[in-house]
Amino acid sequence: MNCGLGLGAWARKKSANAFFPPSRKRGRELPIFHYPSFIIKQAYQRVVHPARVALCCCIALLGASSLAHADAHDDFLAAIAQLPAATYTDKNEIVKRLVVLQQPGTKRILQALLEGNLYARTVDGKVFIAKEQATSLQLTDATTQADAGLAESAGFEKIGTNNGLRKTLRGAIAQFDLNNADDDVRLASVKEMLRSMDEETVAILRSHVAKESNRTVKTAINVGLAAADIENTDPAVRVKAAETLGKSLNPDAYNALQALLTKNADGKFTEADDDVRYAATQAVSRINFWRSVYGFLETLFFGMSLGSVLVLSAIGLAITFGVMGVINMAHGELMMLGAYTTYVVQLVMPNHIGASVLVAIPLAFLVSGIVGIAIERGLVRFLYGRPLETLLATFGVSLVLQQIVRDLFSANNRPVETPQWMAGSWQLNEALSITSNRLYIVLFMLIVFAALLWILKRTKLGLNVRAVAQNRAMARAMGVRSEWVDALTFGLGSGIAGVAGVALSQLTNVGPNLGQQYIVDSFMVVVFGGVGNVWGTLIGGMSLGVVNKVLEPYSGAVLAKIFVLVALILFIQRRPRGLFPQKGRAAEQP
Amino acid sequence: MHSLANFIAPLRTDRGGQVFLVLLAIIAIAVPILHLATPDSSALHLSSYSVTLIGKYMCYALLALAADLIWGYCGILSLGHGAFFALGGYAMGMYLMRQIGTRGVYGDPILPDFMVFLNWKELPWFWHGFSMFWFAALMIVLAPSLLAFLFGWFAFRSRVTGVYLSIITQALTYALMLAFFRNDMGFGGNNGFTDFKELLGFDLHKQSTRVALFLCTAIALALGYVICRYIVSSRAGRVIQAVRDAESRARFIGYRVESYKVWLFAFSAALAGIAGALYVPQVGIINPSEFAPINSIEIVIWVAVGGRGTLYGAIAGAVLVNYAKTYLTTELPEVWLYALGALFVFVTIFLPKGAVGLLNRKGAQRA
Repeated sequence: MNCGLGLGAWARKKSANAFFPPSRKRGRELPIFHYPSFIIKQAYQRVVHPARVALCCCIALLGASSLAHADAHDDFLAAIAQLPAATYTDKNEIVKRLVVLQQPGTKRILQALLEGNLYARTVDGKVFIAKEQATSLQLTDATTQADAGLAESAGFEKIGTNNGLRKTLRGAIAQFDLNNADDDVRLASVKEMLRSMDEETVAILRSHVAKESNRTVKTAINVGLAAADIENTDPAVRVKAAETLGKSLNPDAYNALQALLTKNADGKFTEADDDVRYAATQAVSRINFWRSVYGFLETLFFGMSLGSVLVLSAIGLAITFGVMGVINMAHGELMMLGAYTTYVVQLVMPNHIGASVLVAIPLAFLVSGIVGIAIERGLVRFLYGRPLETLLATFGVSLVLQQIVRDLFSANNRPVETPQWMAGSWQLNEALSITSNRLYIVLFMLIVFAALLWILKRTKLGLNVRAVAQNRAMARAMGVRSEWVDALTFGLGSGIAGVAGVALSQLTNVGPNLGQQYIVDSFMVVVFGGVGNVWGTLIGGMSLGVVNKVLEPYSGAVLAKIFVLVALILFIQRRPRGLFPQKGRAAEQP
Repeated sequence: MHSLANFIAPLRTDRGGQVFLVLLAIIAIAVPILHLATPDSSALHLSSYSVTLIGKYMCYALLALAADLIWGYCGILSLGHGAFFALGGYAMGMYLMRQIGTRGVYGDPILPDFMVFLNWKELPWFWHGFSMFWFAALMIVLAPSLLAFLFGWFAFRSRVTGVYLSIITQALTYALMLAFFRNDMGFGGNNGFTDFKELLGFDLHKQSTRVALFLCTAIALALGYVICRYIVSSRAGRVIQAVRDAESRARFIGYRVESYKVWLFAFSAALAGIAGALYVPQVGIINPSEFAPINSIEIVIWVAVGGRGTLYGAIAGAVLVNYAKTYLTTELPEVWLYALGALFVFVTIFLPKGAVGLLNRKGAQRA
């Protein structure tokens, strides 16, 4: 996902890219007739406008001298050709001209010149970007960007730079990016410029900020400028700067403000002006407030993602245990099978990791579902009405499944890759970023939950399941084949465990013990939520996850988990039937 | 003398118990003789490994006895009995750690090695007193039974029964495992306690100490059996069995079901704690993996294999399963989990009364 992009910017970028592929970004051939007016307007703002802004900016900065040329490309070629022989003063001028010309590849040439990778051929003075390799050079034609093969370094001369030129180059490169149409590139260039602020960069940024259309970039510039203004001699400017910094969550801004409030060795404030100090205090408390808000949101999100894992692992159990009343201790191993299915799918299609997870979901459902049906038909059906025996027998199954996996795949953890589209994080602002895979887990859990609810409430199978759960004898009398329903219900619960396993394969190690880690937790979630109630499982799992994460900073991860377990044990004493106990006749059953 | 007769009376009708006690007596006499009195080269000689192994089995048997007492006679399936066993073991371990004294790697007269390693300056408060054997012995019984009492007090009074109880006992042992894995708990974290030197001044590595420990275990097992048998055949035992079969009915008749359950649960936990305390000096190590939920479930399968609700069945099951475990994990390690898993399935479906039930049925057919 795009790093360092605001939500609005991200959405706008998406919409713009959907209509105009990147190659047309310059906006030369806009197919204006086909789109409604608001899109045209947006497209103008997003694509045409920045390009113009860029051009105007350059004109303003450097004068209109060389822009008069009809063919910018010829001028560009000429400028490059002049480079090898030019004096440093001339080189400065050439660099500035190149920036104005806006030809593709210019930035790369400037970068190469800055890094000392720009060479001229002694024979004809042709300019190349080169990478040094022992005694030879890996060449790229500077003007066409074409690969020019290897050559002896003897026939080439490096185009030199001095301090003054390097400074110009750095400014030019940043400026070059500052005029880029891509918001990300502009933001990166602003950040680059902020890293080494001097009068020149301040001037450039100050002139750019008015023209900047993107909010994120604009904020970044404003904060940077404010950080520079905080050392201004005029107290009024300093107050204003402190106020601006207070709107930022950047740690540098926070540190700059804090520095105003510290005392010298002789007990005086570093900042002499009372008004500025007051503004800084206000700003610091404002930042602290927002930081704690975002910190809380982050904890909440972590809790929700942990809760989602709990719900995913418990929801299959909510079916087999909650609806059918069967204690399936092999539930964790069914999840493990789902995780191993993901692993096998990735082995089969190693070139399509991105799709492998999507393929693995239905497959894992089938694998675990079939194993689940086998367990029900071969074992559990002989033990209905004897929950403790079921518990022991299914525990035996779990041991066997573990050992099978150990023999098939070895006892070590298997590597499961995370697809590209799940990696990365989503930076909402400088205090809050959301990891994508956690977000996907939450979404995935919601989808699975909705699907399960749909099956239970809207399908014939669901109707039968509920009928058998409520009154087996009556359901049979009405013609429901309760044996089939038992098998299918168990298969459904097990299949969902398999799907949960796919999700877990992205979060934890895939090994033979994967199931064991989750079995106690899943049972606690089901019991906490209230047996026979999928909504209870959802709410129970989510609240356990959030409580766990809220406790964690105070007590550490392990102790938080112990607290939660003990709290649960105590909770069950108070409400033996969970948060949402079943009511009516179904509750009478053991 | 009257009270002693009371204890022995139930054994008169207990054929299985008589066989067990006689066998135990034979083992208790034969093993030390074969170990101490025969030369190493003799075919009859028992190695010290075997003595320890048999001692270990007897600890497990005592633990199984405790589990059978509550599961077989009161219908409380505890999946956390391993926790009481481990607590007893830890109490003994703490005493043994204090006995190491200056012979540890760091030679600190008061602090055990792992505390020196963690840079602790003084003994945590709950370690005080463990240098005295009587205190440790008290704790071996008190710590598990107090925990069981509190746990049972809450659970049974709010009528948490059946599967729910099993699951929260499992959560209990799981939580304890997580807690004991923490270094800050002051119980040696991951590594637990090991490298013990002596018990009551006797060197733990000496043959004679090992044999003495072996005999103590045998006596504890025999006493445990006699007391359990006494409890289940007493009036209270009948109430307990009534609770197992029809809890509500027992309550309506006027018995305080919770009290019976809580006291039985606490007694069973104390028994498990004693088993753990005898286990630790013989195997020479205690660590948090003893709390693992799978250990507790294994205890239940010993009882199920032997036959629950018989007491001697539980002992037979513990010895049989553990012998199979020792054999299979050394000879065919990859088969062990298959065998254990199959045992779970087979016993629950085909042998609901366990091996003892099978024998009894055969006996009934012959008669």
